[in-house]
Amino acid sequence: MGRLNRFRLGKDGRREQASLSRRGFLVTSLGAGVMFGFARPSSANQIFPLDRSLPGDGAFEPTIWCSIAPDGEITVNIIRAEMGQHIGTALARIIADEMEADWSKVRINYVDTDPKWGLMVTGGSWSVWMTWDVFRQAGAATRTAMVEEGARLLGTTPDKCTVANSIVSAGGKQISFGDIVAKGHPSHSFTPEEMAKLPLKPASERRLIGNAELKALDIPAKTNGTAIYGIDAKVEGMLYGRPKMPPTRYGSKVRSVDDTEAKKIKGYVRYLLIDDPSQVVQGWVVVLAESYSAAIRATDALKVEWTPGETIHTSERDIQDRGRELINNKAGGVYIFNDDGVDQAFGSAHTVMDQEYTCASVLHYQLEPTNALAFEKDGVYEIHAGNQWQSLILPTLAKSLQVPESKVILRSYLLGGGFGRRLNGDYMIPAALASKALGGKPVKLILTRSDDMQFDSFRSPSVQRVRMAFDASDKITSMDYQAAAGWPTGVMAEAFMEKGVDGKPYDQFAIAGGDHWYEVGAFRVRALRNDLAEKTFRPGWLRSVSPGWTSWGIECFLDEVAHRQKKDPAQFRLELLTAQGRNKGQAPDSVGGALRQAAVVRRLMEKVNWGKTSLPKDTAIGLATTAGQERGMPTWIGCVAQVHVDRSTGVVTCQKLTIVVDAGTVVDPDGAKAQTEGAALWGLSMVLFENTEIVNGMPVDRNLNTYTPLRIADTPEMDIEFLPSTEKPMGLGEPGTTVVGPAIGNAIFNAVGVRLRHMPVRPADVLRGLQNS
Amino acid sequence: MTTFRLNGREVTVDVPGDTPLLWVIRDEVGLTGTKFGCGIGMCGACTIHIGGRATRSCVTPVSAAEGADITTIEGIDPEGNHPVQQAWREIQVPQCGYCQSGQIMQAVSLLKDYPSPTDEEIDAVMAGSLCRCMTYIRIREAIKKAAATARGDASNG
Repeated sequence: MGRLNRFRLGKDGRREQASLSRRGFLVTSLGAGVMFGFARPSSANQIFPLDRSLPGDGAFEPTIWCSIAPDGEITVNIIRAEMGQHIGTALARIIADEMEADWSKVRINYVDTDPKWGLMVTGGSWSVWMTWDVFRQAGAATRTAMVEEGARLLGTTPDKCTVANSIVSAGGKQISFGDIVAKGHPSHSFTPEEMAKLPLKPASERRLIGNAELKALDIPAKTNGTAIYGIDAKVEGMLYGRPKMPPTRYGSKVRSVDDTEAKKIKGYVRYLLIDDPSQVVQGWVVVLAESYSAAIRATDALKVEWTPGETIHTSERDIQDRGRELINNKAGGVYIFNDDGVDQAFGSAHTVMDQEYTCASVLHYQLEPTNALAFEKDGVYEIHAGNQWQSLILPTLAKSLQVPESKVILRSYLLGGGFGRRLNGDYMIPAALASKALGGKPVKLILTRSDDMQFDSFRSPSVQRVRMAFDASDKITSMDYQAAAGWPTGVMAEAFMEKGVDGKPYDQFAIAGGDHWYEVGAFRVRALRNDLAEKTFRPGWLRSVSPGWTSWGIECFLDEVAHRQKKDPAQFRLELLTAQGRNKGQAPDSVGGALRQAAVVRRLMEKVNWGKTSLPKDTAIGLATTAGQERGMPTWIGCVAQVHVDRSTGVVTCQKLTIVVDAGTVVDPDGAKAQTEGAALWGLSMVLFENTEIVNGMPVDRNLNTYTPLRIADTPEMDIEFLPSTEKPMGLGEPGTTVVGPAIGNAIFNAVGVRLRHMPVRPADVLRGLQNS
Repeated sequence: MTTFRLNGREVTVDVPGDTPLLWVIRDEVGLTGTKFGCGIGMCGACTIHIGGRATRSCVTPVSAAEGADITTIEGIDPEGNHPVQQAWREIQVPQCGYCQSGQIMQAVSLLKDYPSPTDEEIDAVMAGSLCRCMTYIRIREAIKKAAATARGDASNG
């Protein structure tokens, strides 16, 4: 496999003692029967369960997605990143179910980059949705090939055979998939066109899809220290690197470097100036040392002077003011919807509601700081790191290294958190360039937490202006929604942008959610690209992307409208979720349209006894609902949050979150629940616990001493329900995030009458609101 | 030179005395189950046991470990079947898993002090262990399950 050096292993599969004694480490006595690390499969691939290895010779590979070995072991190739979703297990269920495989024989293999895999990206809550058809077809192809060859070996014809649990049966005789491969010669390969024509199982016959009993294959390794993340990758002779961070994300130029003090640190080797032809990494100095602790210290001791970039004095307020300026200028921007009659409706409106909502910058703080190991071997640069969008960073790495893309390979590892941070693989570039500067020698670059936060491509602050026009009878005649933010896709993946109704490209991940499914008359949605944000930092995709903040504007605004009209906010939404026109939905992704969102709201109302609750003083519930991530892939979701507001301190406590989801077919019920738990708490964290602010061109927070994500004691009671469905599965990694913020904002209003329009909600804002009311 | 016992085995390292124990365990000894998160003792990913007590290895200098008895996630049970580890698998706690070595080490220590912990005791002791995937509801549930298993084992002799 050429990957043995990822982990030095002895003949028995155990880590060699030799690697334990390098750099002065001595084993002075060997205790008997003592665990000193676990055995790992000698292939060192990312395979789960951990005690399995890749198939040897003789395996049958009906498609690139799976193989069956003569011993019956089934290997499913996973091109998505494992970052906590147990995605390999979910996808393997899809292919194995259709194949009629024995689940106990299934193992998953997280593959390295190769052009044959096509687009390698793990984000947008897309994985199950985008793999659903391909893997069912691949499973059907495998089953078909097994039945054809099994029938031949049993002396019968395929139509006389049944297949279940990796066994083909006919006329009282049976043969296993393994024996079919070992004894027969299955050779049927399928073109994509042939695969698309194969019959698929009806939902009623599924055994693995939707099975709540199956466990995630990657979890055992995550309970005993054997799971290997990017930060754990090592090769003999590697140097450790740490960056000395420049004062601005872009444009800082090194004036001088003085390593007099660094030289006094034992293990310090040298420093390197990073000159990146792709211009993604600017103004970096990388310190190299024989150990990471020496690299940390030597970097602290190294003195570097920079001429800073032009954004050295830019603040969060400057960026938000620029957003307002863009919104208030009628020219510019891109129209996602621009129905006839908007200006007319506002011009002749009896009343207009016009509100601004703002959201602060949010950092990823994925727990494993960004890192990469890079070296050159046989003319190919190997980059060992956890990553979510290999297809995006590979061409950039090639440009940085000035080699063809075919000379760069990314080795896959588990991710110690993705949350969108690792969609942007910029952290691999300095590791690769440092290795190149040393003639291909291995360099392991790790960012300390403070480095990581300065280099984060965080969630842009945003401004939303939401307007609605009403006629004399208070009927909604038009809605005008505008949002300004830095565009991650514009900066990092321009070709991936969608086109507006005006034909201009826009970042769907910086406006999605604004294009909601409510019936609001003539509807206009305009996306504005905040150029000052993009000059100051590298805007990133952060869990739930724009629906994590557009929902704050849309769903708080709708509650404001309902209260103004003296209507129940939930009933008011149901009146608007009528599935007319563009909100009808279409097969296969949004069958039923807005009526499914209405069904979610109704079930939520039942669950919480909506309108009939009796809660203590300053305690109330609030509701919000969204269509998840994108109109093209709606996960219908609603949340009711129960909060208590302390009038003396302004502190808001979330006591309970009730969530109802219609995500179509749920492939992995327990995983779906886990993803929704985590996503919803991420939403809660962003509205009540974490946020940052740009000060002097950089996020002001550098670690947990000032950055304060939600902790265990802040976790409320949760009740999550999935509506039964056999429709195509949608995404689940992010939708839970989108609904919590506005549900909390609306609950605060219901509890104490204070309307907050800035996220996060800070006690000082609550107190100010209480004083003013 | 610093000598200590690690997962029952005596080891000696020759590194500067102020090197954080975390990097000694990960890079000198080569046990990578203990993780680097914040580097300032506030996330708990680097939690190990020193003398049976949960300790943040990223802020513990190796010199402080002289003669100490240290256990990491790899040494908590020879087969990886400590009741806490079993409960973690049964409840399907880990998501990305990066913090979970630290969570498990903290939970093992918690159960020594509170064999039947309440939610409040769990919240207080686990407060220093950040889970960015936010698996907190399952952490609470798994700790209670492990406590029940441990008590059952004890009463059944």
